Amino acid sequence: MSFDQTTTTADGRTIGGPVMEVKNITLRFGGVTAIKDISFDILEGEIRAIIGPNGAGKTSMLNVINGFYHAQEGQITFRGETRSRMRPYHAAVSGISRTFQNVALFSGMSTLDNIMAGRALKMNKGFIWQMLRYGPAMNEEIKHRRAVEEIIDFLELEHIRHTPVGQLPYGLQKRVELGRALAAEPSLLLLDEPMAGMNVEEKEDMSRYILDVNDQFGTTITLIEHDMGVVMDIADRVVVLDYGKKIADGTPSEVQRNQAVIDAYLGVPS
Amino acid sequence: MLYRESGQFKTNYKQDSAIFPILQDRIAIMFYLAVAFIVIPIFGSNFFIDSMMIPFLIFTLAAIGLNILTGYTGQISLGSGAFMGVGAYSAYKLVTIFPDTNVILLIVLSGFFAAGIGMIFGLPSLRIKGFYLVVTTLAAQFFLEWAFIRIPWLYNYNDSGAIEVPRREVMNVIVTGPEASSVTRYLIVLSIVVVMTWIASNLIHGRIGRSWMMIRDMDIAAELIGVRPLYAKISAFAVSSFYCGVAGAMMVFLWLGAAEVESFDSNQSFLLLFMVIIGGLGSLVGSYLGAAFIWMLPVVLRALPKLFGLDINTATVEHINFMIIGALIVFFLIIEPNGMARMWSMLKQKLRVWPFPY
Ligand SMILES: Nc1ncnc2c1ncn2[C@@H]1O[C@H](COP(=O)(O)OP(=O)(O)OP(=O)(O)O)[C@@H](O)[C@H]1O
Ligand SMILES: [Mg+2]
Repeated sequence: MSFDQTTTTADGRTIGGPVMEVKNITLRFGGVTAIKDISFDILEGEIRAIIGPNGAGKTSMLNVINGFYHAQEGQITFRGETRSRMRPYHAAVSGISRTFQNVALFSGMSTLDNIMAGRALKMNKGFIWQMLRYGPAMNEEIKHRRAVEEIIDFLELEHIRHTPVGQLPYGLQKRVELGRALAAEPSLLLLDEPMAGMNVEEKEDMSRYILDVNDQFGTTITLIEHDMGVVMDIADRVVVLDYGKKIADGTPSEVQRNQAVIDAYLGVPS
Repeated sequence: MLYRESGQFKTNYKQDSAIFPILQDRIAIMFYLAVAFIVIPIFGSNFFIDSMMIPFLIFTLAAIGLNILTGYTGQISLGSGAFMGVGAYSAYKLVTIFPDTNVILLIVLSGFFAAGIGMIFGLPSLRIKGFYLVVTTLAAQFFLEWAFIRIPWLYNYNDSGAIEVPRREVMNVIVTGPEASSVTRYLIVLSIVVVMTWIASNLIHGRIGRSWMMIRDMDIAAELIGVRPLYAKISAFAVSSFYCGVAGAMMVFLWLGAAEVESFDSNQSFLLLFMVIIGGLGSLVGSYLGAAFIWMLPVVLRALPKLFGLDINTATVEHINFMIIGALIVFFLIIEPNGMARMWSMLKQKLRVWPFPY
């Protein structure tokens, strides 16, 4: 299957050329090779899933993409810029934001402040104005508050706006974390198991939010997910990892029929 | 029924982003300010002002400083006493070098010296965390104490080794020195503390305060979002030390009148930490409550037995004082890590919905 040119999906979304190309990435921790020579691409506007059994290297892959881990070999091209190492700060600056497998919210801060925190990079008014909370600092605060309120509306978080997130149930925390990632207005959104530990209803809500983000804001999304049903429903293309190696790459239905994938999930030794 | 937000609709984010969105809170603040600025100067005895209000306000300011670092940014420090010292010695040098400059201005400026030293001692926080950072702040404490003794230039080579506050006037009113009146000194301390509380509150509610709290709650996520730990941590050390420094300068110039290195030793640092823990980590109101509690408790303990006609000697009172503080710290750390400030806000929450249970 080729997406070299702009294509339109069955549900009318536009998918463009590659925004990110991952080439021959190898990541080792001492003797353990978490990722072995993996290459794949992510296309503008698509929902790309990464799946695989536990310990396959999925989270490590996201960590390499946003500069949290440094791969020993290989390189990543994002929007025309090629690099083999970068700091997480620069990934954030270049428009990549993410959520974490184990929620990594600022637990002592309210929902509102957590999502405001997501706009950290967009706010820069100086110390003196911040001291006075006046003029440019106040204008900036209000401007971003308005954008954050839109996210709060979008994710239906109005009722917990002022609640410290540490007190929220897990499902809501995951949603706030999505909100925080969205607040940065990323062009590439990385989601690490956004539906882990959720019940069916919560999963449906989360799937809807992810599809809406992709559809309304045109955000390119890469997500890790264990629930195959969800992956089949929302992903455009799927990369399958097993023991740090890529064993399949294609549309959900292609991947589902792939013998290597079936073996990996059934535990057949390769 | 008195304390309600119903009916007070916020029609824009500016109102909702206000620091006291509820009308009754604003009225309460006005009331406290009126009491502090008008009622106490008129009706307060010199004893009350000198041994209760002035030290309470000065410790509050230092507690706010420590709270910014420990409560808001999550960097525990045992060096805040020494940073008060940096402010005090800087103010002393400034006042003797520039005898004709407004002494209130110099007291505030001395905060910048504390901020500078604080930034230097904050640098290790970029590499180390938790227990090891506590140890480096304690090392800063001991190093600075050593400097206060071993660098005679700091106390102008006095034989006593102490700094003594000279008499200074501002607009023909005696402000420092033994002849300065309690009310004058009180009003200066109060004004500085009120303005600096307002500034702290502004910082905390804005971009910079959020970056501090992000570092406190999850420093890795903060960096992934785009907060630079260097700026966030060092600015917290700077602001925190500035507050402690001004508090230290005021302590010598507007309260004690003279000081030696003992005023800034590690006991002082621990006392400030206790204020912050009991009052509430990450709360400005808590800094006031904690300072009031730790400062007023011994005074009350000394007065209580006399009220009941009992005669308990001072040593016993001291012991009881320490036992109560110790027990409370354990209590707050285990049961209510957010301190008295949390109890205060729960009380307000109850008032808000009263008389309904929820
Ligand atoms: N920081 C690290 N230090 C050492 N080993 C690591 C580190 N991070 C990951 N690994 C190892 O790399 C391998 C891949 O881990 P990773 O977390 O990427 O898997 P995963 O596919 O996300 O699994 P899961 O589905 O359980 O989340 C594992 O063997 C893990 O132990
Ligand atoms: Mg994982």
